[in-house]
Amino acid sequence: MINRRLGRRKFLLYGSATLGASVLLKACGSPSEDATTGTPGSGSGDTIKVGILHSLSGTMAISETTVVEAEQMAIAEINAAGGVLGKQIEAVVEDGASDWPTFAEKAEKLIDQDQVVTVFGCWTSASRKAVKDVFESRNHMLWYPVQYEGQECSRNIFYTGAAPNQQIEPAVDWLLENKGREFFLVGSDYVFPRTANTIIKEQLRAKGGTTVDEDYLPLGNTEVTGIITKIRQALPNGGVIFNSLNGDSNVAFFKQLQGSGLTPDLYPVMSVSIAEEEVQQIGREFLIGHYASWNYFQTVETPENQTWVEAFKAKHGQDRVTNDPMEAAYTMVYLWKQAVEQAGTADDLEAVRAAAIGQQLQAPHGLVTINPNHHLSKTVRIGQVRDDGLFDIIWSSDGPVEPLAWNQYVPSTRGYACDWTDPARGERFRMEGV
Amino acid sequence: MQELAIAFFNGISIGSVLLLAALGLSITFGLMGVINLAHGELMMLGAYATFVVQNMFRPLGEPLFNFYIFLAIPVAFIVAALVGLLLERGVIRYLYGRPLETLLATWGVSLILRQFVRSVNWQMVIGLGLFSLLFFGGLFFVKRRQDWEKIRKWARAVLLVLSIGISTTASILMGNLAGQVLTRPWFSARNVDVTAPAWLRGGFALGNFQVPYARVFIIILGLVCLGLIYLFLNRSNWGLRIRSVTQNRQMSACLGIPTDQVDALTFAMGSGLAGVAGCAITLLGSVGPNTGQNYIVDTFMVVVVGGVGNLLGTVLAALAIGSLIYLIGSGTLAFLLSSVDVLQPVVDFLSFFATTSMSKVLVFALIIAFLQIKPAGIFPPKGRTAEL
Repeated sequence: MINRRLGRRKFLLYGSATLGASVLLKACGSPSEDATTGTPGSGSGDTIKVGILHSLSGTMAISETTVVEAEQMAIAEINAAGGVLGKQIEAVVEDGASDWPTFAEKAEKLIDQDQVVTVFGCWTSASRKAVKDVFESRNHMLWYPVQYEGQECSRNIFYTGAAPNQQIEPAVDWLLENKGREFFLVGSDYVFPRTANTIIKEQLRAKGGTTVDEDYLPLGNTEVTGIITKIRQALPNGGVIFNSLNGDSNVAFFKQLQGSGLTPDLYPVMSVSIAEEEVQQIGREFLIGHYASWNYFQTVETPENQTWVEAFKAKHGQDRVTNDPMEAAYTMVYLWKQAVEQAGTADDLEAVRAAAIGQQLQAPHGLVTINPNHHLSKTVRIGQVRDDGLFDIIWSSDGPVEPLAWNQYVPSTRGYACDWTDPARGERFRMEGV
Repeated sequence: MQELAIAFFNGISIGSVLLLAALGLSITFGLMGVINLAHGELMMLGAYATFVVQNMFRPLGEPLFNFYIFLAIPVAFIVAALVGLLLERGVIRYLYGRPLETLLATWGVSLILRQFVRSVNWQMVIGLGLFSLLFFGGLFFVKRRQDWEKIRKWARAVLLVLSIGISTTASILMGNLAGQVLTRPWFSARNVDVTAPAWLRGGFALGNFQVPYARVFIIILGLVCLGLIYLFLNRSNWGLRIRSVTQNRQMSACLGIPTDQVDALTFAMGSGLAGVAGCAITLLGSVGPNTGQNYIVDTFMVVVVGGVGNLLGTVLAALAIGSLIYLIGSGTLAFLLSSVDVLQPVVDFLSFFATTSMSKVLVFALIIAFLQIKPAGIFPPKGRTAEL
């Protein structure tokens, strides 16, 4: 029996040969790749370059790849209609890989190397916090399409997803009126669920509800038995579960919740990170009867929504669904376009910023307006999962709700607001008469 | 009283998941000394095999669809075992006795497997198939020549370049011609939805508590696998050969045992078990390219604490770690101790750790402390073992 050892010389020889071959293959393979993945160019002339920065792989890919599709669809529609200021939009897509330092790195690359005029990106608050410094230090512009925990108001970010008072707070109010006063809070272990739960606890304290317990799962974790035991102990006869889990922990949570016999009639779960896409991924049989709070559902009945859903299904497949972050992403590209056209330039970000405030658009879910605090006025809705995996809209606010960047229940931010049209006020100023 | 029973069951159920995952690793790590960081990815492949089997059964409709899991388990075993065999023959065979290189190589393989699952499409499969056919087939024929010894070196190189070139061009051409049909990824980077059969959803009530069927199924599966492995290793001829090669490789070779084949079989078996574990975890959570990463650390912990190469140690370690994670994370331990006043500071300490994230921290700290006292695990290997 000969011992076939791989000596150092052979290893170096084979290793360098493999390296050379792979570099050669990559170089040969590049021209046949899609032109929207980072082809170098000056960006001036006929095209305007924008950046798209989302997780195309990793635990968040389940959610973020659909947002990329919505943004690219909006860009394609705008290009087909003649582009912005007569120029075509060219999108540079980068993958954050569900890793927050990678987001910061790619953001720097988009701004410094690709010289994009704006970036549409991020989903988790962790990724947004990671890139916030990058955008502020370079005085650039990020459009962020996902609902988040508030307590932030950056000059360089436009928040087109719901602030807590447009999603979480109305949901808690509705639950207190209709489902019960005892809440169990469960979330993923990072900034959004922790901050959101702080807000919920304060709101419950102010409105007479109780937080019986809370627990956090690390992102990607699938062992939920401990949490289910805690739920049973804290809520032996039923109660409300407020779920801010993100990514594929939701799959484990609902599968194991049903396995343990905690059904929606006694233990209704209100989620703020589960939309039509996640219902498909988790399996609708585990979610029927549970609730979600968003501004947009695929079942919203407006003419704009009907057009958009039909166009999306025609392009990506009849079995695809649309959800709130996708709608916000689709809307924000159009809002950016309107701001650029009003400012008359895409490169002067100060002008675009100033022009953006006050922009209105009839979005698929309703009328939206960009407020001076860089957030959007949005209508609030609560939906219940039905048999076909879509949502029945069981409650809706009377009209668009004004966004509050700084939460009014949390003591440290009560009484503060944000206004970027007035240099004297800025990110955080004390409101008069409060 | 009921709290204890619930805690007991939950600890066992978490432990059985860990056990299934760790059985395969215990064999490869224990019996062969191979640190296989691709173990999590082998589990992931088993989970994807389950997904494929589920999709095959879906059009068959309700009564048949409920039994797909029984076909999925052997399919997952075979798929993972084949990949493990490939891994052993292709990479690990050259690195015996060199744990550091094995570690790095298998970590690299884990990255490759993850990306493979994300981007595999018919084009890639055709390309790889063509390459194997051309290269190994060509090698087979060239080896029969009279002047093989002389032309060996450059014949290999030429064959390699030729096969790579032909298969790459052929697959790219076919991709361009057929378009989406061939180039669409089978799975894409997103997670896939594996729905448990109807009879595995829900559970049966035991007083106030509901015992999930899925958990019971996993416990039974773990016991069955354990039993089969024990029987195989201790009662069959190949098991005897595996054990003898583990104890003294050179003496076994002298006695005529084909050590090459034994190594390949052992590794394939360990990988196959990982595939079965992957099938089990589809009942609990989501399946995606990164699923393996969630389990690899816990699996290594179990094998290290249990004592390398010892089945009983692995079982005990899996149950102990599973129970600890559950008891601390759900606050049950703190709750049980709170009836004793003297232990109040301990109760406060445990309450701090009573969330899922923090319980893992405490469990790992306890494992580290345990390893200080017993570095080789619960059941250290006895006697002299010849170094490979």
